[in-house]
Amino acid sequence: MATRMPVDIGAIRARHPHHFGRSSGSRQLLLALGVAAVLLLLFGMAQLGFFDGKFLAGLGKLGEIAGLMLPPNPGDWAHVRLYGMSLIETVAISLLGTLAAAVLAVPLALLAAKNVTTARIVHFFSRRSLDTIRSVDILIWALIWINVVGLGPFAGVLAIMTSDIGNFGKLFSEAIEAADKKPREGIVSTGGGAILGIRFGILPEVFPVLASQVLYFFESNTRSATIIGIVGAGGIGLHLAEAIRTLELQQASFIILMILIAVAAIDVVSNQLRFALIGRRGRLS
Amino acid sequence: MASPAASPVVHLPDAQLRPLLAAYDASVRARRWNSMLVVICIAAAVALSSVSAEVDLGKLIANIGNFTSYIHRLFHLENGAWVWTDPAEWYWGLARWLRLLGETLLMAYVGTALGAVGAFFLCFLAAANVSPRPWLRMVVRRFCELCRTVPELVFALMFVIAFGLGPMAGVLAVAIHTLGALGKLFAEVVENIDMKPVEGVSATGAHWTAAMRYGAVPQTLSNFVSYTLLRFEINVRGATVMGFVGAGGIGMDLVEAIRKFYYSDVSAILLLIVITVSVIDTLTGVVRHRLIGLEERH
Repeated sequence: MATRMPVDIGAIRARHPHHFGRSSGSRQLLLALGVAAVLLLLFGMAQLGFFDGKFLAGLGKLGEIAGLMLPPNPGDWAHVRLYGMSLIETVAISLLGTLAAAVLAVPLALLAAKNVTTARIVHFFSRRSLDTIRSVDILIWALIWINVVGLGPFAGVLAIMTSDIGNFGKLFSEAIEAADKKPREGIVSTGGGAILGIRFGILPEVFPVLASQVLYFFESNTRSATIIGIVGAGGIGLHLAEAIRTLELQQASFIILMILIAVAAIDVVSNQLRFALIGRRGRLS
Repeated sequence: MASPAASPVVHLPDAQLRPLLAAYDASVRARRWNSMLVVICIAAAVALSSVSAEVDLGKLIANIGNFTSYIHRLFHLENGAWVWTDPAEWYWGLARWLRLLGETLLMAYVGTALGAVGAFFLCFLAAANVSPRPWLRMVVRRFCELCRTVPELVFALMFVIAFGLGPMAGVLAVAIHTLGALGKLFAEVVENIDMKPVEGVSATGAHWTAAMRYGAVPQTLSNFVSYTLLRFEINVRGATVMGFVGAGGIGMDLVEAIRKFYYSDVSAILLLIVITVSVIDTLTGVVRHRLIGLEERH
C-alpha cells in the first residue's frame, strides 16, 4: 500500500468554493428530469404488471425454457434440409426487397432532396410521404401485401421493398443534399441540362455512399426477413414461430443458431464490400 | 456536336489529341468492364433469388388492382361512405385504441429504459480502451451481439410462453433487443473518449469504478442520451407490432382488424400509429439536435 499525502479537505474547499457549493440551476434541472424519468419508469413497470409477482414466476419458467432449448437439435436430416431451403429463401427475399427498394428510392430521393428539387411543395410532400411509409412497421406491410399477392415469399419481398423505400428515400436524399454542388454547376455551365447534371455531377459522387447504405440494409433486412414468416410472408420465420409455439424448443434453438450464422456471414461479406467501396474511414454508424 | 469553329473552346491538333483520347478510352474501358462484371453478378443473384422467392411479376400486375382497391376500401365505412364523412363512426373505438396506444408507448419507454440501463453498465466492460479484462470484453460483446441479432419478435414469442400473453413479454423483448443494440453503440462511444481524464483519476489511486464514473461518464453522457432517444423512436415502431404475437399494445387490435377485414378500423389504427410515431420522431429529433449542439459548444 502506497503512503498517501495528507489531504486537507477544508483548505481545498476554501480555495474552490463553487465546486463544493450547491449545484447550479441547469444541474438541478437535469436532476429533476432524471428523477421524473425514473418515476415514469416505475409507474410504467407497475402499470404493465411487473410488481404483481407474475414477473418472478415468469423468470423461473423462462429458465426452464432456456434449459429445454439446449442443446440445439434439428431432429433429423429432412428438417435440416427444410430449414436450409427456407433460410436461402429468407436471404433471397432480403436481397430482392433491398435491391428493388434501392432502385425505386433513387427518383424519390431526388424529389425529396432540397438541392435538386427547388419546388418546396414537391420537396415537402415527398418528405412527408417517405416519413409515413417509414412509420408503418414491416410486418404491417407484409400483412397488407398478403392481401394482394397471397401468402408466400413474394409478399415478403414486396413488404421489405415498401418499408425500405421509406428508409432509402430519406438516407439517399440526405446523401444527395450533402453532395458537393460544384461538379453539377460545372456541367450545367457547359450547357448540360438538369438530367445530365444529375447523372454526371451528382451520381458519381453519391453512388459509393448509396451502395454502402444498400449493403448495410441488406444485412439488417436479412434479420427482418427472418420474422416476416411469422405472419405468413415466406422465409424461415414460419418454421421458427411454429417450433416455438409447439414447444419444439430444441428445433427452435437450432433455427436461431442457423439465423445467427447466416447473418454473421452476410455481415462479414457486406462489410468487406463496403470497405472496398468507400474505404475504412467512411464507416456508417 | 458543335463544329470546332463555332465553339470558343480551344481544340488540340489531332496528332496531340489521339494518344490522350486513347489513354482515356483505355482507363474508361477497364472501369466499364468492372461495372459490367458487377452488373452481371447482381443480375445472376437476382435471377436465382427470384426463383427461390417465387417472384411472379405477372401475379403482381394481375393483382395490383387488389392493392389499389384495398387502399380504397381502407378509407370507406361499411355503409360505403368515405371515412371522413363520419369521423364518429370511423373512430368508434377511439377510447380503447388510445388506451392501447398509451400501453404501446409505455412498453416502448420501459423497454428502452431498462435496456439502456443495462447497456450503460455493460458498455464499459465491452469498450476496448477501458475494459478491465480481455476475456470479459469478449463475453460481453458476444452477449450483446446475440441480443441484437435474434429478432425482437422471436424473443417476444418465447417470453409469451414464459410470462403469459400481455405487455410484459413485449417489454422484455424490447428491453433485450435494446440492450444489445445500445450496448454496442455505447461501447463505441466509450472507445472514442479522451483517455486523459480517466488516466488522471486512475493516477490518484482510484478504483476502476471511480475512474469510469469521474473520467469516462461525463464525456459520454450526452451521446448516450442521444442514442437512447434514437432507440426509443425505433422501439415505438417496434412496439406497435408486438401485439401480432400476443405481446401487448395496439398491434393486437390492428392484426385482428387486418385479418378480419374491418377496413375502416385498419385505416383508423394505422393513422393513429403514423401520427404518434411522427410526433415522437419530431420531439426526440428536437431534443437530439439540442444535445448535439451542446456537444459542439464544449
